[in-house]
Amino acid sequence: MLLATDRWRERLIVGFLFAVAFGLPWLMPSRALFVAETASVALFALSLDLVLGYAGIVSLGHAAFFGVGAYAAGLFAKLVMPDPLTGLAVGIAVAALMGLACSLTILRGSDLTRIMVTLALSLLLYELANRFDAITGGADGLQGMAMGPLLGRFEFDLQGQVPATYALAVLFLALLLVQWVVRSPLGATLLAVRDNPLRAAAVGIPVASRLAFAYAFGAALAGAAGALVAQTSGFVSLEVFSIERSADVLLMLVIGGAGWVYGGVLGAVAFKVLNELVAGITPQYWTFWMGLFLLAIGLLGRERVLRPWALWQRPSTKAVR
Amino acid sequence: MPTLVFDGIAYGMLLFILAVGLSVTLGLMNFINLAHGAFAMLGGYLTVAFTQRLGVPFVPAILLAFLATGLVGAVLERLLYRPMYQRSHLDQVLFSIGLVFMSVAATDWLVGSQQQNIHLPGWLQGRSEFGEGALGMGHYRLFIIAVCALLVLGLQAILSRTRFGARLRASVDDARVAAGLGIDVNRVFSLTFAVGSGLAGLGGALGAEVLGLDPSFPLKFLVYFLIVVAVGGTSSVTGPLLAALLLGLADVGGKYFIPKLGAFIVYALIIALLLWRPNGLFSRGGSGR
Repeated sequence: MLLATDRWRERLIVGFLFAVAFGLPWLMPSRALFVAETASVALFALSLDLVLGYAGIVSLGHAAFFGVGAYAAGLFAKLVMPDPLTGLAVGIAVAALMGLACSLTILRGSDLTRIMVTLALSLLLYELANRFDAITGGADGLQGMAMGPLLGRFEFDLQGQVPATYALAVLFLALLLVQWVVRSPLGATLLAVRDNPLRAAAVGIPVASRLAFAYAFGAALAGAAGALVAQTSGFVSLEVFSIERSADVLLMLVIGGAGWVYGGVLGAVAFKVLNELVAGITPQYWTFWMGLFLLAIGLLGRERVLRPWALWQRPSTKAVR
Repeated sequence: MPTLVFDGIAYGMLLFILAVGLSVTLGLMNFINLAHGAFAMLGGYLTVAFTQRLGVPFVPAILLAFLATGLVGAVLERLLYRPMYQRSHLDQVLFSIGLVFMSVAATDWLVGSQQQNIHLPGWLQGRSEFGEGALGMGHYRLFIIAVCALLVLGLQAILSRTRFGARLRASVDDARVAAGLGIDVNRVFSLTFAVGSGLAGLGGALGAEVLGLDPSFPLKFLVYFLIVVAVGGTSSVTGPLLAALLLGLADVGGKYFIPKLGAFIVYALIIALLLWRPNGLFSRGGSGR
């Protein structure tokens, strides 16, 4: 637990950073779309943090829920009504329901089984979206959705200022919600389950339902992130289900640090900026550098690559086992 | 129908050769190596290079691919993999998926992203029909089945008859006790890793014609390898073999009867299977790995 003064300092820092972020699209309009995308991806990383950092579930297919949210919101906008907030709610609801149903698959078995099952789930959805191209547009992607004005007033502009503000606001609210949940007694039981499921069960924590809750909650947030990407870019492609996307978000979370709420967000910002810089130099071989980075993190250890100064501090208790 | 079964068996045999190394490394060191497919891809590209650039005949070329991939596996094991054994599964996943991405991008850069074709010698081309078209057997697939069957018998004999096999089984069962008995578990593991990588390379060389060969190979077949291991368990040769055959038959059958759904069938089947038996169909249970 943090002390009260620490909490105020934390609020000040986070408030300041978000104020800067909210200002960015208006100060640098050419970067507005980048801000919108980064905010959506940050929300995605936050959702994986719940699953991996707080519940300790190693997932290699978290993009499944991201993609489901994206397609749900996209199809809703195209076929039913163009209101963004309703579409967002639909994306969240569909992803959450699917997360709840799929939580059955990650309750039992080892890390290998979980990696397998999550990966298979995202590939299965990829295959479905690819085959049922009459609905999803298949390999061409889902096109032709027109977004209505936000709250009935603010039109989505092409430059991306309104979408960026919208995505940032959703990210901010999600961050507050996650913060509140993980600091509640419920969050404490999640950590207990992550650190030692046997002991957690022994002190009376319902392990299965806690894991299911974390998985469904993470899925709901991933669905929100997917819906945001669909709405702000007006386009959904099959790539939302790809293994690269799942690996990207894993890397973001690891860069920022799993097991604390700001890890995913910071990691996403770092990742996107890095991507922008490296991809500007060698757009084609970005995956190579990303792979090298992943390899280095795995080989040398997350602490040593990302926070060299941490070696001289007391050992961290946040590391995910 | 018999043709389908035949193709499925050939496909399954191929998957077995590709994945058997992974099943041993997973069982022995509890190491999640997602980069196994990169070795298979290396074997495939080496065969293409040997046969087309250097003019080596097909059979020596795949043997060379086996040796070269095994050598690369041994070197990488010593340099990169060994420090990773004691780490968390998350670190292992990050490390090995990073290796996969690097191999994909590097291959793309070196050779280009187009499909590679392997020119088969004349005696492996063509097919034989039996019973008025009821059973058509491609000669190349027959060759694959024969090679793989020999390998299965050989592996089984090594595992059950030789001193090395006994050491390997002891190390898989309990590495600590095996080390306590004076077995050099690290050396057993190095050798096994090299042979497993070599077999993956051989599988990639043999499979290039059937599975296709392009830089996305390690990612495309990653889930297939994992299925063979997760379903077949890590404690024997027969478990992964049966799992690979099942997978091959299900995949070929699914794609033939319901082409619309394609690989969907396999993925759904696997999720259902792992829901039912989270530790695989053929594992001895209890270990929780």
